[in-house]
Amino acid sequence: MTIESESSYLPEEQGTPAASKVAGFLRAMGAVVWKDLSAELRSRELLSAMLIFALLVILIFNFALDLDPATRREPTITAGVLWVIFVFAGTLGLNRSMAIEKDRGCLDGLLLAPVDRSAIYFGKALGNLVFMLMVEFIVLPIYSLLYNVNLFNPGLLLVILLGSIGYVAVGTLLATMAVQARTRDILLPILLFPVVLPVILAAVKASTGFLDGSEMDVIRPWINLLIAYDIIFSAVAFMVFDYVVEE
Amino acid sequence: MIKVRKLVKRFGLKTVLRGMDFHADQGEFVALLGPNGAGKTTFLRILASLSRPSMGRVNIAGYRLPDQASAVRRRLGVVSHQPLLYGDLTAEENLRFYGRMYGVRDLQSRVAEVLELVGLTPRRRDLVRTYSRGMQQRLAIGRAVLHDPDVMLFDEPHTGLDQDASAMLDTVLREVAARGRTVVMTSHDLARAADLASRFDVISRGVITASVKRDEIEPNNLLAFYRQALQVA
Repeated sequence: MTIESESSYLPEEQGTPAASKVAGFLRAMGAVVWKDLSAELRSRELLSAMLIFALLVILIFNFALDLDPATRREPTITAGVLWVIFVFAGTLGLNRSMAIEKDRGCLDGLLLAPVDRSAIYFGKALGNLVFMLMVEFIVLPIYSLLYNVNLFNPGLLLVILLGSIGYVAVGTLLATMAVQARTRDILLPILLFPVVLPVILAAVKASTGFLDGSEMDVIRPWINLLIAYDIIFSAVAFMVFDYVVEE
Repeated sequence: MIKVRKLVKRFGLKTVLRGMDFHADQGEFVALLGPNGAGKTTFLRILASLSRPSMGRVNIAGYRLPDQASAVRRRLGVVSHQPLLYGDLTAEENLRFYGRMYGVRDLQSRVAEVLELVGLTPRRRDLVRTYSRGMQQRLAIGRAVLHDPDVMLFDEPHTGLDQDASAMLDTVLREVAARGRTVVMTSHDLARAADLASRFDVISRGVITASVKRDEIEPNNLLAFYRQALQVA
């Protein structure tokens, strides 16, 4: 027998259970995104770390490759360097984003909420995506300026969006797993990079295609791969997140 | 309100809870006493649906764990030795965030009410990372009672608090218990537990070895009772 009396502060089930579940899911997801953005806007800890790291990688590549001006503007070089920057800076952000939850036990606080736990995952992933896109859209003009390449190509921007979604979808899931370990900083890249390889490969190929003005027939398979990867890994995360966070 | 039968929890080859039985009636304040490694925190994490039992039955407010975890979580408030609060948000923002996660109605007025209850209204707009440990723990209690749960779980809430902060926390704990909630609190501190609880259970090596009600024992005899209960396991 269940005890019917319940807190007067909690909402009663309204409408169909499915509608109520969806509303609860969206409310929890929105709350997590709002919390991450509010905390980050105040501390700027995560964004500044990602941004400084990204800018340093640009400079290091600039000096390390020591390329002549023509080679620097090669689409393959540009796409490769850009995605290395995004992936490294993104890993830093993912690690930090989950460490904030773990350090003060806040992950437990989230898991105690009576919501579908995948709402927490999607909230965290959306927050991570926003941070990653912010860094990318600051890096693009700086890279453009330093390497004298025009990166304001709608196709390239689409690839960056799709690639970032795939990267964050799998990265948030694996960061949640890695954060439970003592060696989380080392563990995340070791787990993440092999799994995210198809995204990086497809993103680099599609970016190169858009930068050198290739036909859509050449680029389309890579875009399709990115879309498929985004959908598959979002679905996988939706299904397994509950098991990943449970002891 | 809480019924636990033959609860077993294993982590790999290590068995932490070995067929534990436990119950708590509505309005009861149970102090779960035991040494380090006895299984107190593991037990509370299972009740809080943060950890899945390996075997056994757990029933809270008529709902089974882990199958009906979401229904159980609606009725639970949890305070651990970690505050579960975001340092870069203010007290008000933290409560508003958790209120949204729980879908609390009339959130603004409820947040104001809870801040008043834990005595943090004057500092409601300060970042939590500027709070003392005692203030953070009071806010953690505010977070846990925000949705007015039937059952409260406290995992060594006095850890790291000085005398004044502990005394203030006790006042809030009494107020929480006085509202008819079922409370389970783990503690090392017998004197503090004697002051607050209506029943004392001793846990040792993953089982409850003794249980006594407050009116069945003299406070002076609690230490002897505790020592004797530890020898049973």
